[in-house]
Amino acid sequence: MFSYYIRLGLRSLRRNPVLTGLMVLTIAVGVAASMATFAVFRAVSGDPIPDKSAQLFKPQIDSWGPTLNNTKEPLDAMDYTDAMALMRAHKAAKQVVSYPVDLSVLPNDPASRPFQEAGYATYSDFFSMFEVPFKYGSAWSAAQDAQHGNQVVISSKLNQRLFGGTDSVGRSINLSGNQFRIVGVIQPWDPQPRFYDVVNGRTFADPPQLWITFTRAIDLQIPSFGGRSCSDNSSAGFAGFLQSDCVWLSYWAELPKPAAAAAYMRYLQSYAADQQHAGRFTWKAKVRLSSVTQWLDLQHVVPQESKVSMLLSLGFLVVCLVNTIGLLLAKFMRRAPEIGVRRALGASRAAVYQQFLIEAAMVGLAGGVLGLLLTAGAVLGIGLIFAPQIARLAHVDLTLLGLTVVLAVAATVIAAFYPTWRASRVQPAWQLRAN
Amino acid sequence: MQIKPILSALRRHKAGTLLIMLQIALTLAIVSNAFFIIQQNLTQLSRPTGIDEAQIVRINNQFATGTEATDAALMQSDLDTLRRVPGVVDAYATNSLPLSRSGRSMGINLKPGQPNAMVTAAFYFADEHTIPTLGLQLLAGRNFSPSEIVDQTDNDAFKVPSVIITQSLADTQFPHGSALGKVLYIGSAASTVVGIVRRLEVPWVDAAGAGVHDGDSVLMAARSISNRASYVLRVRPGQLEAVKTAAPNALFASNRVRVIPDDKGVQSFSEIRAEAYASVRGTAVLMGIISLVLLGVTAAGIVGLSSFWVGQRRRQIGIRRALGATSHDILSYFLTENFLISLAGVALGTLLALGMNAWMMQHFEMHRLSPLYVAIGVIVLLLLGQSAVLAPALRASRVPPVTATRTV
Repeated sequence: MFSYYIRLGLRSLRRNPVLTGLMVLTIAVGVAASMATFAVFRAVSGDPIPDKSAQLFKPQIDSWGPTLNNTKEPLDAMDYTDAMALMRAHKAAKQVVSYPVDLSVLPNDPASRPFQEAGYATYSDFFSMFEVPFKYGSAWSAAQDAQHGNQVVISSKLNQRLFGGTDSVGRSINLSGNQFRIVGVIQPWDPQPRFYDVVNGRTFADPPQLWITFTRAIDLQIPSFGGRSCSDNSSAGFAGFLQSDCVWLSYWAELPKPAAAAAYMRYLQSYAADQQHAGRFTWKAKVRLSSVTQWLDLQHVVPQESKVSMLLSLGFLVVCLVNTIGLLLAKFMRRAPEIGVRRALGASRAAVYQQFLIEAAMVGLAGGVLGLLLTAGAVLGIGLIFAPQIARLAHVDLTLLGLTVVLAVAATVIAAFYPTWRASRVQPAWQLRAN
Repeated sequence: MQIKPILSALRRHKAGTLLIMLQIALTLAIVSNAFFIIQQNLTQLSRPTGIDEAQIVRINNQFATGTEATDAALMQSDLDTLRRVPGVVDAYATNSLPLSRSGRSMGINLKPGQPNAMVTAAFYFADEHTIPTLGLQLLAGRNFSPSEIVDQTDNDAFKVPSVIITQSLADTQFPHGSALGKVLYIGSAASTVVGIVRRLEVPWVDAAGAGVHDGDSVLMAARSISNRASYVLRVRPGQLEAVKTAAPNALFASNRVRVIPDDKGVQSFSEIRAEAYASVRGTAVLMGIISLVLLGVTAAGIVGLSSFWVGQRRRQIGIRRALGATSHDILSYFLTENFLISLAGVALGTLLALGMNAWMMQHFEMHRLSPLYVAIGVIVLLLLGQSAVLAPALRASRVPPVTATRTV
């Protein structure tokens, strides 16, 4: 009976083609709009590092106090004094301080021009903490951090440009006039959103291309390419800047167990209390420890236009469904005489129910198939609407295609409940008399 | 027109009536909010920067090697090179421009050493070439003189004796008279206002998000000592494209050890503007497309259900015609019926639109929906309903009276 109903349903698609066409188009457009905006939304709101997002934590310390910081929240970034104190204390399984740098790469061939590459000055734990996959070599060691070594890890893209993709470990490159030695080449790696650096406006930027030793970068006085916030402007030179209360550094700690996170939180509190006793803070400094997902929420990384367009498309889908209910009602009730005959011949209400729900599912399926085409087209055209940085994240994959069809069929079947109920209520006697 | 029989007929088609009503209500709520967002985005897009945008080219330059001492000399020689490029009227070096989305903001006080700033403003590095290059309108005071331009590094204490501020900043800080000659304090450093310009927008598209008012800018009589600078060129009309090629070539000819990025190293101001507002314009386009398709879907829904009703009531229409109703009576019956349903729909929709706006104001940075947009939406939807029902209604009006005598 089931396959018979499917055949009936497919056949009825061809009956009143205008009404059916309208319905299919409505469902397709509604589903496509929702899926296209969802493609963007899932890209910008996803968990960038699913298997570790609950183990990586962002500590914050309010090193400015209530007079200077009127936001009621601890500062987003850390000053050099606190970051170095936390690094020295080494209370987490792994920890890292980093800041964005933008360096000139000077090719050995004097005929070619230098070019700019963005990256980070960081510590050796960066690569294992954030699961950076290596193609050649490995990260530098903690000992090299301590020795202020001149190590650099480069992306495979930069390796391609400089060395034609060959294993370049052990070779040397000139970055803004300073020699660095390559210890590793990574495979393409670009978690989105870039959770480890969301405060510098680079949340969805092109992937970084190089990582240099933090300790060396500080010795070379390489400036941050990101933001800095200072309460006053009276420092003197780079040394003065390091001692100032300017916040510009990003700190991350890996705490594998909840107990470790709780212990780290207590450590942060005692650190803040010590600073108060020592007289560096004249206030009880607020501290905070956020996991990756909590940090992304706190920083509102999902762009507002993505949220608004997602909501708008959902509203749009609701209107399309209301429309479908109306059209299905018209389509089904037009067949009241036919239903009357079936009921008079002994079909139960449940049978009528089944037949019409399956018919609606066929309409939904047709809408879903058309919706697939529209969704694919809309995702391709998404660059016209969202900034290129965001648009490049949206992509069509099997999950999205599957979801499109499932959404279309499910939405139509839900929309069909009321019209089907009405169809099953048709009085056989009344219809037969009218005929 | 008799409304009573229409109402009692509608009571027998509760489901269809409710569905059309609901659809009109939801459409009104979405479309009026979408139009409101579009209008806000267009307002933001058309905000003037205060500069002669058509004649401006920006070159982002970074010296690949060197020290603070060599950077300053190289920058000076670059500016001399640029001013000699054919088609270039004037040039200066700075950290930022309006709409370039990154820049420096600092707190300003009228007394020294205050912990909290009275106002935060955008600070641009500038010299005596800045006002003529950007085409800023000097309302009072004077331009900088070459002798008062001081050197300023990123890490040393801020100390700039002369500044030129925008009128909006002057008006908020010195409401009772001219700001000219007054002293502003940035931390403990004193800066004297030597001039006031009409307008100069801050670098950030979302000024409020950056904590500043969009017109509060300060030009500092200072040269940024850094290996990184934006060279801003004023170009003769019609020579923009030529200068965009010639200027970087001239720079590379004078000194190769520099980076001017291939993709965004050299940009005209119209490119900077397009990039800065890409997502603002994109959101407006998306809202527009969704609104139009939504109106189309709603119209289609009305056509579909009304056609069904007409088909269902053919016999009744025939009876009415046989009893003397003219075809015009039938037409106006269906038009009125749709008008009544639409009216109920827009009434509900108005409430929904306001509710949706209130919810968005709570969760997003959204302003209060102006009733004008709801009113426009109401008119659009009433007209849409009438035109959508027209075809089925005309078909109904052509039902011949003889239908009454047939059984089906």
